[in-house]
Amino acid sequence: MTTITLDAPVAAGNTRNTVVADAISITWRNLRSMMRTPEVVVFSTIQPVIFVLMFRYVFGGAIKVPGVPYVDFLMPGVFVQTVVFGATNTAVGLAQDMQTGIIERFRSLPMARSAVLAGRTLADLVRNVFVVAIMFLIGFAVGFRVHTNVLCLFAAVGLVLLFALAFSWVFALIGLGVRNAEAAQAASFPLLAVLVFASSAFVPLGSMPGWLQVYSRHQPVSNTVEAVRALVLGGPTMRPVLIALAWMIGILAIFTTLAVDRYRRL
Amino acid sequence: MEQQPAILVEDVHKRFGTVEALRGIDLVVPTGTVFGLLGPNGAGKTTAVRILTTILRPDRGRATILGLDVARDAERVRQTIGLAGQSAAVDENLTGRENLRLIGRLTHQPKEQILPRAAELLERFDLVDAADRPVKTYSGGMRRRLDLAAALVHRPAVLFLDEPTTGLDPRSRTDLWGVIEGLVAEGASVLLTTQYLEEADRLADRIAVVDHGLVIAEGTAAELKARLGDTIVHVDLVAPGEAEQVKSLLAELGPVEIGEDGKSIEVNVPDSGRSLLRAVRILDQAGIEPESVAVREPSLDDVFLSITGHKAEDDEVPTEPSKNMTKSDKEAS
Repeated sequence: MTTITLDAPVAAGNTRNTVVADAISITWRNLRSMMRTPEVVVFSTIQPVIFVLMFRYVFGGAIKVPGVPYVDFLMPGVFVQTVVFGATNTAVGLAQDMQTGIIERFRSLPMARSAVLAGRTLADLVRNVFVVAIMFLIGFAVGFRVHTNVLCLFAAVGLVLLFALAFSWVFALIGLGVRNAEAAQAASFPLLAVLVFASSAFVPLGSMPGWLQVYSRHQPVSNTVEAVRALVLGGPTMRPVLIALAWMIGILAIFTTLAVDRYRRL
Repeated sequence: MEQQPAILVEDVHKRFGTVEALRGIDLVVPTGTVFGLLGPNGAGKTTAVRILTTILRPDRGRATILGLDVARDAERVRQTIGLAGQSAAVDENLTGRENLRLIGRLTHQPKEQILPRAAELLERFDLVDAADRPVKTYSGGMRRRLDLAAALVHRPAVLFLDEPTTGLDPRSRTDLWGVIEGLVAEGASVLLTTQYLEEADRLADRIAVVDHGLVIAEGTAAELKARLGDTIVHVDLVAPGEAEQVKSLLAELGPVEIGEDGKSIEVNVPDSGRSLLRAVRILDQAGIEPESVAVREPSLDDVFLSITGHKAEDDEVPTEPSKNMTKSDKEAS
């Protein structure tokens, strides 16, 4: 029988390479784990599908948007709404990992401190690629059409996914701040309501009261939705895309710092 | 390296808000030995483990693992230690093999060794049949064995087992003890926390009793038990009236106490069989017919009662730690 313990640990420095390798290892773990709980994937897909059908066929008739069919106006909003709602999975996943104690084990291992968070948000990004692809198919099925070209379409998808990544980090900070999955869920909702419903995702800003328009016009969900709309419906794209990118870079810079710092102090 | 103790703890303090989890503990664990931290829930055992495994930083004091400071050399400490038990976990949705593979990758083992090492550990811990099933299908005992295997992936020199058998049924507990004894036989340095005197007794070379964030006694299991008497003869009387009389009659066997209900009497005795027989004879000669007479092993409560004068679950903070064993042992080691 070979010995189980040995006095010379196999050493490895904490270089840039190990940060990337550790993040990939954690991503792999989270994706595996996700695939073994298909209900998570199914429900995070069903919910946006319901939103599409509900807004397309229930509310859609009552919402008038000048110039474009409502479904074309709606779909960019639903893409962004989907990934922001989906970002709560990041909070729930991290809260669960803290609850079970696996994060304690990770913290006792010679791995990069940022890898647990990076691995969680990257796994959620992969899930979002899958969810957004399904959303496009549903969108096309209910009559959504791209008015521009394939290049703009890919740029729009890229923008939605980057926004998803940025919001995953926001919710990572929330997940680290609460003690269980239910609390993570509950803590996420007010933020979702304020960001997603008070935005131009489902209705034109012009239909809101003036004071609300001021807020809604200058918040990240609206700005990203507008950028995606410009990319798929046509019109000037440079300005809205740059504003959206500025939000995402700003959110990423602030929340990766805060979340990693919070993780170190757990 | 060989001269450094596996674990050295000097005057470590840790406070959470108003709760003083550790109020200055000192420990020395020589390499190749098993050290047991024995204490009730909330005594500070897990806090001590979390500090020694670099998860928490001490507020005050110093702790080293093979000479490496847990706060300043945390990265190197992490390469040296393994953690298993209630403060660590495995992923329920991954299989046993996947969990071990993940730890292999996260501890930066050479790629070609990761899967063979996982296979070796699965075999060693009797998990081969379950290796490719998700952990959520495992029994409690299997989970703990996998947890232990996960702590050993990177061949740590010092192993921390935080209440490794808490919550297990007696059979799984005995199985796991066998596994831990195997590791010990191979020369691992181990710090083990437990609420069970029996567990510390069976596995640990030395034991420190922890209460309210302080080490209140330290010694070998034999030394601790010698202070306590090995066994307890328990007599239940029909009525409280005879308690004082029985107490004086049985005093010749060892230290006697009357229980809170006034009609149960406990005697600490050095051996079980003979003392039981003598107790029965003494009572018989005095014409006393008790409800029952039995022997039992001393529990953690008894250790606490004898060392601190209060029960393990009491919240009352002892003003001064018991000195008798702690000091002399520290000087000796």
